[in-house]
Amino acid sequence: MSTLVIKDLHVEIEGKEILKGVNLTINTSEIHAIMGPNGTGKSTLASAIMGHPKYEVTSGSITLDGEDVLAMEVDERARAGLFLAMQYPSEISGVTNADFMRSAMNARREEGDEISLMKFIRELDSKMEVLDMDQDMAQRYLNEGFSGGEKKRNEILQMMMIKPTIAVLDEIDSGLDIDALKVVSEGINQMKGEEFGCLIITHYQRLLNYITPDHVHVMMQGRVVKSGGAELAHKLEAEGYDWIKQELGIEDETVGQA
Amino acid sequence: MTVETNLKMTEQELRSFSEMNGEPSWFTELRLRSFAEAETLPLPKPDKTKILNWNFTDYPVHTVTSSAFNSIEDLTEDIRTIVDLEQKNLYIQHNNTPAFSRVSEDLAAKGVILTDIFTALREHGDLVKKYFMTNGVKADEHKLTALHAALMNGGAFLYVPRNVVIEEPVQVVFYHDDADASLFNHVIVVAETSSKVTYVENYYSTVAKSNGLANIVSEVFAEDNAQVIYGAVDVLAEGFTTYVNRRGVAGRDAKIEWALGLMNDGDTISENVTHLVGDNSIGDTKTVVVGRGSQKQNFTTKVVHWGKNSDGQILKHGVMKDSASSIFNGIGKIEHGATKSNAEQESRVLMLSPTARGDANPILLIDEDDVTAGHAASVGRVDPLQLYYLMSRGITKQEAERLVIHGFLAPVVNVLPIEGVKKQLTEVIERKVR
Repeated sequence: MSTLVIKDLHVEIEGKEILKGVNLTINTSEIHAIMGPNGTGKSTLASAIMGHPKYEVTSGSITLDGEDVLAMEVDERARAGLFLAMQYPSEISGVTNADFMRSAMNARREEGDEISLMKFIRELDSKMEVLDMDQDMAQRYLNEGFSGGEKKRNEILQMMMIKPTIAVLDEIDSGLDIDALKVVSEGINQMKGEEFGCLIITHYQRLLNYITPDHVHVMMQGRVVKSGGAELAHKLEAEGYDWIKQELGIEDETVGQA
Repeated sequence: MTVETNLKMTEQELRSFSEMNGEPSWFTELRLRSFAEAETLPLPKPDKTKILNWNFTDYPVHTVTSSAFNSIEDLTEDIRTIVDLEQKNLYIQHNNTPAFSRVSEDLAAKGVILTDIFTALREHGDLVKKYFMTNGVKADEHKLTALHAALMNGGAFLYVPRNVVIEEPVQVVFYHDDADASLFNHVIVVAETSSKVTYVENYYSTVAKSNGLANIVSEVFAEDNAQVIYGAVDVLAEGFTTYVNRRGVAGRDAKIEWALGLMNDGDTISENVTHLVGDNSIGDTKTVVVGRGSQKQNFTTKVVHWGKNSDGQILKHGVMKDSASSIFNGIGKIEHGATKSNAEQESRVLMLSPTARGDANPILLIDEDDVTAGHAASVGRVDPLQLYYLMSRGITKQEAERLVIHGFLAPVVNVLPIEGVKKQLTEVIERKVR
């Protein structure tokens, strides 16, 4: 079992504090969901875990099985087992999707032990089938000219190929129609197991109709303010966030005014 | 102001060189006239690069004699890396010596000519006369074109008669392994009406440092409804001062596509101009460049629209490292009367070092109202968000940069139709950006 532990995490962007003490523990075999209105720091948390260059951790810690994640470069974090499905993945012209994914897989292997081309293609084909992706997507340039939905599928495809220990999915459901949502959920559900933990960041409860979370957390004002089981997501869907604000005496849930 | 032109040759020596090659008298005259004019004509003025004190005239020796290759099996290891033994239509020049040439029987029977420029002058003098520095590049444009005409010491002639469509690419290799050799090569590619050809040339220098000059002119003629794809990979060694002028003239419904990988290690002035003379003609220019060391380079790409509904596309991607400095001039010019024409260009420069210089200079000159045009230019570093994205998948920073740079230069690599040449360009890029 692997464990990602986030303790009292404070994060700034361009001098402005966004996260104000986040605590969270994610084990493999668990699915966590973080919900919350816009502007409460959810995506910042995702970016800070992966090491986005614009986000500065000012205090607190992130560890993976006791190893200091914050001391690692972005690529080291990835090779240690972390993965982030990004909300806005970069487009990289001239680099095919397939070449990129093979480089990513080989980065985890010793020199001389690279994945064979045949094995790679077989695996890629089968995962693309699960995600209902056109085979020609493999030869297109990385995210270039991809529609919003294609980009989301491509992020999940990468996750399925790379097989991380802990994946963070940042609004993987935004902008997806219901069919695409089902397909993407199917991909995530296939990953479930003893060796995989997941943190799903979302605005919308509907994704959780297809993926049942073990833990649901609500973020406001740059902190996790409430945690519960799958039933919490249903309650949020039915009643919105106001009752939590009332319960906690929060007037404005965004980070700016807190 | 005038610049001292200390030509290494006398008029008499030039005359004997011409006689030795059995050149027709009109050509000897052209040489001598240009030789005289070179004294007084000014240097060209590539925008934003001062070349007044560059050396374009001093070289160790006008011509060197090198070995020829009796059969394709005799080619050196170096050449074999870029030439497939199966390559049917091939010309190889070894320094200044025509070293190997062959044309498939099928094409020869159809009247296709592929030969060195001297043989062409002797055996197809009238054809060469029609195209040699008449409608493309003029000998008296400036000092360097005049010097070129006077001193020409190599090159190739490719002639594709009307309606002949050549599917497999024609390959020409200018192999340079003598540090004292200079290259004053002239290439003519003629695609007659409704013909089609893909021409790929390599300037391939294997010396560590050259003492020579390169003054190169290529003229491409795509007559009505003809199509020419012109691929080039220039890898001239450090020490070369290079002037290279590649010019195309497209007739009605004709198309010229350039894919130029300009990887010289010396100071270089490159000029690539396409004249879209005929209605509905298309000019598509893709250029990729890597500069390193203390190289100074100027790349001018120009498409001139004369014909109606003509379409010109310019794409230039450059990578600059160390303290290399490059100017990228992109010029779309639409002449009066070229209605419904479209001139587009994109110049992007990637800087890998704080001391490198790159300047993208897009210019649109439009003398007609009913046209469309656009340009995009950028100079910057490797996007940190692209690196973050690639690294977030476990790829090291170094490998991520490598992927981004190769991707950036891919537009030309992908277009080159000969595997060996594609591979060579990829390897040269690899070596240069490392």
